[in-house]
Amino acid sequence: MSLPPVLNVDNLSTWFDTGQGVLKAVDGVSFHLETGDTLGIVGESGCGKTVLSLSIMRLVPTPPGRYASGRIELNGLDLLSLSEAEMRKVRGKAISMIFQEPMTSLNPVFRIGAQISETFRLHQGCDRAESNDKSIEMLRLVGIDLPEKRVKDYPHQLSGGMRQRVMIAMALACHPRLMLADEPTTALDVTIQAQILSLINDLKRDMGTSVILITHDLGVIAENAQQVAIMYAGKFVEYADVKDLFSNPLHPYTEGLLHSIPRIAGEYSRDKRLPIIPGVVPELSQLPQGCRFHVRCPDVMPICRVEEPVLLGQSLSKRSVRCWKYQ
Amino acid sequence: MTSPLLSVHELHKSFPLQGGFFASTREKCLAVQDVSLTLHKGETLGIVGESGCGKTTLARMIAHMEKPTAGEVRYKGQNIFKFSKTQLKAYRRKTQFIFQDPYSSLNPRMTAGEIIGEPFVIHRSNLAQDIDTNLESIMKMVGLSKDHQRRYPHEFSGGQRQRIGIARAIALRPEIIIADEPVSALDVSVQAQILNLLKDLQDEFNLTYIFISHDMGVIRFISDRIAVMYQGRIVEMASNQQIFENPRHPYTRTLLDAVPRL
Repeated sequence: MSLPPVLNVDNLSTWFDTGQGVLKAVDGVSFHLETGDTLGIVGESGCGKTVLSLSIMRLVPTPPGRYASGRIELNGLDLLSLSEAEMRKVRGKAISMIFQEPMTSLNPVFRIGAQISETFRLHQGCDRAESNDKSIEMLRLVGIDLPEKRVKDYPHQLSGGMRQRVMIAMALACHPRLMLADEPTTALDVTIQAQILSLINDLKRDMGTSVILITHDLGVIAENAQQVAIMYAGKFVEYADVKDLFSNPLHPYTEGLLHSIPRIAGEYSRDKRLPIIPGVVPELSQLPQGCRFHVRCPDVMPICRVEEPVLLGQSLSKRSVRCWKYQ
Repeated sequence: MTSPLLSVHELHKSFPLQGGFFASTREKCLAVQDVSLTLHKGETLGIVGESGCGKTTLARMIAHMEKPTAGEVRYKGQNIFKFSKTQLKAYRRKTQFIFQDPYSSLNPRMTAGEIIGEPFVIHRSNLAQDIDTNLESIMKMVGLSKDHQRRYPHEFSGGQRQRIGIARAIALRPEIIIADEPVSALDVSVQAQILNLLKDLQDEFNLTYIFISHDMGVIRFISDRIAVMYQGRIVEMASNQQIFENPRHPYTRTLLDAVPRL
């Protein structure tokens, strides 16, 4: 790859100061994202994937949150050093975000046209008529029928899938370099999910936007991402190309996750049981000593209980894994 | 085959739409239309469909939480909507419900022990001391320990709350359990644990399940037979194998094609 990466995240830590002590929601995360690629971030609830995306948008409320360490560079621009006013010019223009809940992320008292227009007026200085025309164009682009009419609708007049389309129209209005999609299809039906994901992929290709796709659904990742990071308790435990990850998961947690998904391939048998990962995700306030996964790990070794492994690149491929088995 | 434990005959349900006090013509939402099915002892019937297709309304009618506009639900040959009060109480004891959202389906003011013990109190089936001994064994069955008994719902994780919901459902040794999206709010690793638990309990107590889900993978894993619902109707009903290996209805195929492959 000759182009410099769009996004460079280096040793990012986002911590929260709370009554129970310091919660390390994101702890020493590094990755970079090439132009036009999709990075999938997978993890269970509470693993820090949403805090990671909010950190990139600089939307973590501070306090109680703070960026304890690290750098976030977007096309060489250090986002963490920007003032709030400067950051506002970046949000919605160079980086945009799609949230999980299309019901709550649109303002119910404004017409959707007004909400899309806001982006054009803020970032491109368009006047009312011009931004309205552009909004109609965006709605057409995301596949909404009769955009001239729909632009005057309020959010409650649209279905969940249409609302998510409107969110995507807003997010892509200024042709951002990076789009963060936090569980964009979790609230949608499978057939609508397939439509929305293919829409994101088409638009991404046409506009050259890079995407960070955050989800708990490994199936969505398999079909839509090039790289994937598995997150557990605030840290990346494995980072790999999608194909490598699914054909040969290295970290025991990745392996456990992949096996515990009920699949539609294979035979049905009433006596079949799913292989499970015992236990639950640890609370961030009560992380175990050593490797954060060791209490649930089937391959636990004495060293895992004492010392935490580092995220180590594997010699043969671009992948890295945080596990003593490979160090 | 023996006679079915439960059968549904041409069940319809419509809800009036908007239409104020003076509205002369009322539009109707046809939530469930002409649904018939049978349920045999010990089997799992999976109901799959997208949101708004009527699967929850159907389940609520089977559980006698909703009255149909037309049609019958027969339990051991008798129409449940013609039951007397005592018959109905007995039916409700035999049919239990597991809800989707483990956060809103537990009373936040009751401890886990009170929640799981409440069915005994309602049905006055056991004396106080029996509840205690029962409670412990039930909690153990669903993977909760005895000291969880005094805790309140907010102290549990999503998976543990769903275990409480399951414990409450199996407390009175029901015959039929209607599970409405019981795992869709859970994480993948927890979902696997709960699905295995449901299968284990089924083996142990010879339970009959009506299992509602929108997730084809989950349906594939748990159902003996599957009904696919679309816009209030069952569009295809067949064995697990047939639905997944030889789907007939175009909508079933659409659903299967839309599932992302690993």
